[in-house]
This record gives sequence, structure tokens and C-alpha cells, in this order.
Amino acid sequence: MKRLAFALAFATLIPAAHAVEYTQVQSDKSAINFVYKQMGVAVDGKFRKFSSQLNFDPAKPAAAKASFAVELASVDTGATEGDEEVAGKAWFNTKAFPTAQFVSGNVKALGGNKYEVAGRLTIKGKVQDVVVPATFTAQGNVGVFDGAFTIRRADFTIGEGAWAKFDIVANDVLIKFRITASSK
Amino acid sequence: MATQHYTSTAKLLHWLMAILLFGLLALGFYMHDLPLSPDKLKLYSWHKWAGVSAFLLVGFRLLWRFTHRPPALPESMPKLMQFAAHAGHLALYGLMLAIPLSGWLMSSAKGFQTVWFGVLPIPDLLDKNKEVGDLLQTVHMSLNLLFVAVLAGHIGAALKHHFIDKDDILIRMAPRHSKEN
Ligand code: HEM
Repeated sequence: MKRLAFALAFATLIPAAHAVEYTQVQSDKSAINFVYKQMGVAVDGKFRKFSSQLNFDPAKPAAAKASFAVELASVDTGATEGDEEVAGKAWFNTKAFPTAQFVSGNVKALGGNKYEVAGRLTIKGKVQDVVVPATFTAQGNVGVFDGAFTIRRADFTIGEGAWAKFDIVANDVLIKFRITASSK
Repeated sequence: MATQHYTSTAKLLHWLMAILLFGLLALGFYMHDLPLSPDKLKLYSWHKWAGVSAFLLVGFRLLWRFTHRPPALPESMPKLMQFAAHAGHLALYGLMLAIPLSGWLMSSAKGFQTVWFGVLPIPDLLDKNKEVGDLLQTVHMSLNLLFVAVLAGHIGAALKHHFIDKDDILIRMAPRHSKEN
């Protein structure tokens, strides 16, 4: 009898664990920020708008999929003059390339709540493979992904002409994200 | 009567800061109107470094002023003029403190930390906040316009003393001639 109860409990547990798939990104609780160095001084900014698609089941990380499209014109550099400048031709050229896209490939579980998401990043018509480390913390039917990775703006020709040198605005840009998603 | 001079330290601080503050004013007004470029960002940083230096210098200058009484104003000066001179100097000191302070607060609120000469990080006094940053920019600019007006009065008064009243007010802030002493 005891055995049966245990087996039953187990049988109901496993499907339950599989059923939690996080798919609904809550944009008001999500953020995509960036940090770069200006004459050696760290300055941060953020993107206000992005759309996303997500399928993540902690029990099946290898099957996870994520894609993001960040509206580059929604950039917030902290100064209106800066926002206008980086939307322009030398930087994002948002008229020709309105979004930056990330599409996930392989997702590896590193143990604990750590994951490694390989993917392709497309900005301004340039494509780069990136590996994004992320942590995932679930609370009931809401889960939070946190992570950061560094890109080099020159790889995407972000900041051309007078800005192409790195003495004033550094090449490395740290992208930080927090994505909150709920299950259906 | 022999001219009563300011101390050499007071004179050095006065003329050093005169050069620095004129440079800061000119740079400030010039850079503000430039289109955004790497050079503009560089000039902003230089302005902030020089501005923080001016803030430190005026701090030292005030310490010196409190511990070294300047020579008294000539008896020939009417009481009202003496009062105006003291009020003018008080306004200059107040502005020399308030202007760099407002610049520092503005940079904090705008989220652009000041790192003195690219080496020494100056703590941000305020959290990043666009409205506060814009307000402080207006404050910084208005104080500077006021400063220019007070400076015009200051320089005008010094020249009047020298060329019209023909007293030794300008001389006592000038470097000593060897034959005087
Ligand atoms: C006695 C010292 C200083 C003087 C005389 C001075 C003077 C000026 C002047 C004349 C302007 C142009 C105002 C305008 O047209 O908007 C300006 C702008 C500015 N100042 Fe200063 N300043 C001083 C100290 C500082 C300090 C200490 C900082 C920061 C740490 C600073 C940061 C700035 C910034 C960021 C601007 C540009 C505002 C903008 O256009 O966005 N200043 N300053």
C-alpha cells in the first residue's frame, strides 16, 4: 500500500515538473541594460522596448528557445543628445536597421541554476555568435533570468567615423539583462 | 604710507584662480553649443576635472582667507562703497563654491560620474534622475551668468580704483615691485 502511494505520488510529480514551461515574458519586469566606458568612466543606459519569444522548461533545457528583438530607437543613454546621436547613421542607423536580434541555439544546463545559451546576435546587418551565461530563478509560475555578456561594438560597426577609435568610447559593451517570464 | 599688500599666497591663489575660472567659463560656454562628438566628450571631461580643481582651490583659499586677514580698505573709501566691496567679495566666494558644486551635482544626476583626471573617482552625490539633471544644468548655467555679471563689476571696480580713484587697491593684489618692499 505504502509502495503504491509512493508510486502514485511520483507519477503525478513528474508530469507536474514537466508542465511548468515559462513562455510569457513580462516586459514591465524585464530590462535590457548596457554599460560602457567613456574615457575610463563606466556609464550605463538601457533599451526601453523589445519583443521576445520564449519557451523554457527547466526540466528540458536543451529544448529551450528564446528570441529577442530590441528596438534600437528606444535607447536611453541618459541624455537626449546622446539618444539622438546613437540612433543615427554612425551608430545603430535605426532607419535602416531598426532592431537588434538575438536567436538562441544550444542551451546547456551547467548545474544549479546556471545555464549557458549560445545564440546569434544580429545588429546593423552584422551577425556574431555569442555565448550568454544566465541564471534562472523560479518562484512558482514566475521565473527570472539574469545574465550579462560583453560584445565589442566594432564587430557590429556601432560607432563609425570619428567614433571608430576607442579612446573616448571603449570597444567593450556589457549587455545586462533581466527577463521575467511566467508559465501559462 | 607704504602699500599694505595681500600675502603672496593670497595673490597666487587669486591670479591662479582668475586664469582657471576664465578658462572654465570660456570652455563651458563653448562646449555647451558643440554638436556631440568625441571632442565634445573630451572637453566635458576636461571641464569637469578643471572644475573640481577650482572647487579644491577655493576651499583652500577660504581657509587661507579665514586665517589671514586682508589689508583694510583705505579710509578714503565711503562706508557704502566699503560695504559694496565686502558684499561683492562675499558673492564671488559664494559663487566660486556654488558653481562647481552645482556642476558636480549635475554630473551625478545625469549619471556621468566625475573621475578626476581620469584617476580619482569623485562620489556621485545624487541618484541618476533626468529631471533633476536638467534642472541642475539650468542652475549651473544661471549661476555662471550671475558670476559673469559679478566678475564684470569686480573687474570694473578694480580698474576704477586704479585709474580714477588712483588708490592702491589694485596694486596690493599685484606682484610686488622689487623697489617697494
Ligand atoms: C568654478 C568652476 C566652474 C565654472 C566657472 C563652470 C562654468 C561653466 C559654464 C560657463 C558652462 C556653460 C553653461 C551652459 O551654457 O550651459 C558650464 C557647463 C557645464 N559644466 Fe561647469 N563650471 C565649473 C565647474 C564644473 C564642475 C565641477 C563640473 C562637474 C564636475 C561641471 C560640469 C559642467 C557640465 C557637465 C556642463 C555642461 C552642461 C551641458 O551643456 O550639458 N562644471 N560650466
